[in-house]
Amino acid sequence: MTWLKNIVKQREFMIFMIVAVMFIFMTFASPYFLTIPNLLAVMLGLSLEAIIAVAMVHLMVSGGFDMSVGSVVAFTGASTAMMLRSGMPVPLAVLIGLIIGGAIGLFNGFIVAKVGINAFVTTLSSLSLFRGLTLIVTRGQNIAGLPKSFKLIGQAKLIGVQTPIIIAVILLIIGDVLLRRSRFFRQSYYIGGNEQAARLSGIPVDRMKILAYTLTGLFAGISGIVMTARLGAASVTAGSGMELRVITAVIIGGASLNGGEGSILGAFLGTLLMAIITNALTLLGVDVYWQTFVIGATLLLAVLIDTLSKRNR
Amino acid sequence: MSEFILEARKIVKTFPGVKALDGVDLCLRKGEVHALVGENGAGKSTLMLTLGGIYRPDEGEILVEGEAVRFDSPHDANGKGISVVFQELSLVPTLSIAENIFANRQPVNKLNMVNWKKLHNDTRELLTLFNLEHLDPSIRVDQLSIAMQQVVEILKAISYNPSVLILDEPTSSLTEHEVEQLFANIRKLKDRGLSFIYISHHLKEIFDIADTVTVLRDGMKVCDAEVNKIDEDFLITNMVGRSIENMYGSRGDELIGDETVLEVNALSRKGSFENISFSVKEGEIVGLAGLVGAGRTELGRSIFGAEPADSGIIRLKGEIISPKTPLEAINTGIGYLTEDRKNQGLVLNFTIRDNLVSNHLRDFTSAIGFLSESEITRFAEKSRDDYRIATPHLSQKVNKLSGGNQQKVLVGTWFGVGPKLLIMDEPTRGVDVGSKSDIYRLMRELAGRGVAILMISSDLPEVLGMSDRILVMQNGRLAGEIPGNKATEENVIALAAGTIEGEVNK
Repeated sequence: MTWLKNIVKQREFMIFMIVAVMFIFMTFASPYFLTIPNLLAVMLGLSLEAIIAVAMVHLMVSGGFDMSVGSVVAFTGASTAMMLRSGMPVPLAVLIGLIIGGAIGLFNGFIVAKVGINAFVTTLSSLSLFRGLTLIVTRGQNIAGLPKSFKLIGQAKLIGVQTPIIIAVILLIIGDVLLRRSRFFRQSYYIGGNEQAARLSGIPVDRMKILAYTLTGLFAGISGIVMTARLGAASVTAGSGMELRVITAVIIGGASLNGGEGSILGAFLGTLLMAIITNALTLLGVDVYWQTFVIGATLLLAVLIDTLSKRNR
Repeated sequence: MSEFILEARKIVKTFPGVKALDGVDLCLRKGEVHALVGENGAGKSTLMLTLGGIYRPDEGEILVEGEAVRFDSPHDANGKGISVVFQELSLVPTLSIAENIFANRQPVNKLNMVNWKKLHNDTRELLTLFNLEHLDPSIRVDQLSIAMQQVVEILKAISYNPSVLILDEPTSSLTEHEVEQLFANIRKLKDRGLSFIYISHHLKEIFDIADTVTVLRDGMKVCDAEVNKIDEDFLITNMVGRSIENMYGSRGDELIGDETVLEVNALSRKGSFENISFSVKEGEIVGLAGLVGAGRTELGRSIFGAEPADSGIIRLKGEIISPKTPLEAINTGIGYLTEDRKNQGLVLNFTIRDNLVSNHLRDFTSAIGFLSESEITRFAEKSRDDYRIATPHLSQKVNKLSGGNQQKVLVGTWFGVGPKLLIMDEPTRGVDVGSKSDIYRLMRELAGRGVAILMISSDLPEVLGMSDRILVMQNGRLAGEIPGNKATEENVIALAAGTIEGEVNK
């Protein structure tokens, strides 16, 4: 029975129970909720944030933090669209787009780990830098008229399921297995939990930190390209506010700003909870202006429960 | 094969400004527990970190089983069979027991994925060493008691399969019962042929567990001996035994007034100290000695309202006070000079001038709430001259000053408050000799003006040189009181280490 007790004690279990309760409640409250189109819409809505969440959990586990992902989404989307418009073949444009995302992450990681500037300040600068750069290169205009083969990345369906959902699910599963089981990625838990101990255990702390930022940039790039393909155009405002929603979901899912804890399953459940709340409020006809408020309340509640339960033991 | 499993020869290690180790030798036989003792700053920790591969010695050599080795990292030392159990826990609180013990060495399969089953089995095997097979290896370390965390730390070191285990103050966070358990475990491992280097302040422990002992003083080896051929007096004499220069000025008994400034009665704070009673008179300097962690700083902070006591009575000039915040204490006339000037005492990136007035801005504030800049400057200039703060400019930032000058600024900020009672926690830590004697002179002047001083200090010569009376704390209790003229380093150490109890009057 200890394994059962262990599961119950996990943060993931708590979020899962909340999601389950909401699921059951909504099934009765709205006839439209438990339908495949609605559930696919919920999944499609969360997929772009879930992709970023995969890398963000790993980064936050290692004690890092990235405010710039929303801007990276916009910048990679816009630069990929511009390359496509100039006639570049789709695979090459996508590849360069991804490299740009990863390079921005590398830049953040280098400044945080090697120069030693605080993660919040560094990535807050990047948030403005790359949003600004997006506006500069696009002159503030959205970029449409993208090749059909590119749009397939975001619009194709496999047995009725849209590609963004498929991409997100694949990355979530691979990410969860790696972060849970691979010795390489578990190094990040040591770094976030006790950096000094990590060094003494022979973990290359700086290299792992830089890698974590690079992956976050790369995944924001994936998200940006998929988003552009799905919308059929690059929008200069794409991804704005996304960083806060992703970080919120990751924290609801059990990660902490202090590092050392968190899981991708938890982050997915956090994103799912936020998406279901939004969906529920819409279906129940609650004023849309309440959505942001409810998300804030959910975050506070999740963290409160966690803090209080830790204090009691 | 050499007679010694581990040997250090003429180890020298210098840090900027300090020679931490000056040609130290240490010889460890197979299967023995070798104690390393000395006062704070004698070089014990530096020697341990050098043997553990964290520091590289400037000179000298380390031999493992007679063969010279060179450690560039703790990993190298582990590879040669030397493991260190750190005093400051090196565990990751958010990870499980198993992942802490096998940090970054988890058993993996071909795909480099952690084999949890084997990891947990290996951990259970180690846990049986200490009869803890009932403990679930997947429990997070932050759910364990400090004592159990210590056990995990030791198991982590043992998991490297060492032939030498270095323990740094392993009992500092353990209860007596847990200490006995630890000793039983050490003996068990000793029987398996493991050798130990055991660092401790508690002399009694050394006679309980060690076979041999090496005494360090000021970075040098004073002597080594077999434990069953010596007694505690021998150890204490060798640990101390340094000449005391007269930089403390002269004690003036006639200056001590009749009025009691501070009277503390049965003061307790859970987990820090209990049932503390003493008093300090006008113009008196009372030294508060004891080992690090004995509860001295906590006591001082309680009187100052920073960590209010749970029970007991504090009287200031006969009036009962119960400060709940430092501000309340300052307003009643209590000052507190912290031991941690960089984090708690000074605002490092403020100027000298602004620091000097930081805790009594009210004195420079006009009726409508504005600060009088000219008065502040006048005060700062006077302080600079009074306290001999060496600086070209009062607008110099404090972090540019030497430790001694920083400390003088800190002293100045608290003298300026005009306290009736000043608590000084480690007043000369990290301060050069010249500034030290300046600070001592200032303390005598302040006492001469009738201020009561409670001086918390781990620097024994300072305690002996400055105090009219010495209180010794041990393990949260007041172990005894010694009049200044009867005090010797030996009887203070003996009280602090808990080898004798009660008042020393002879």
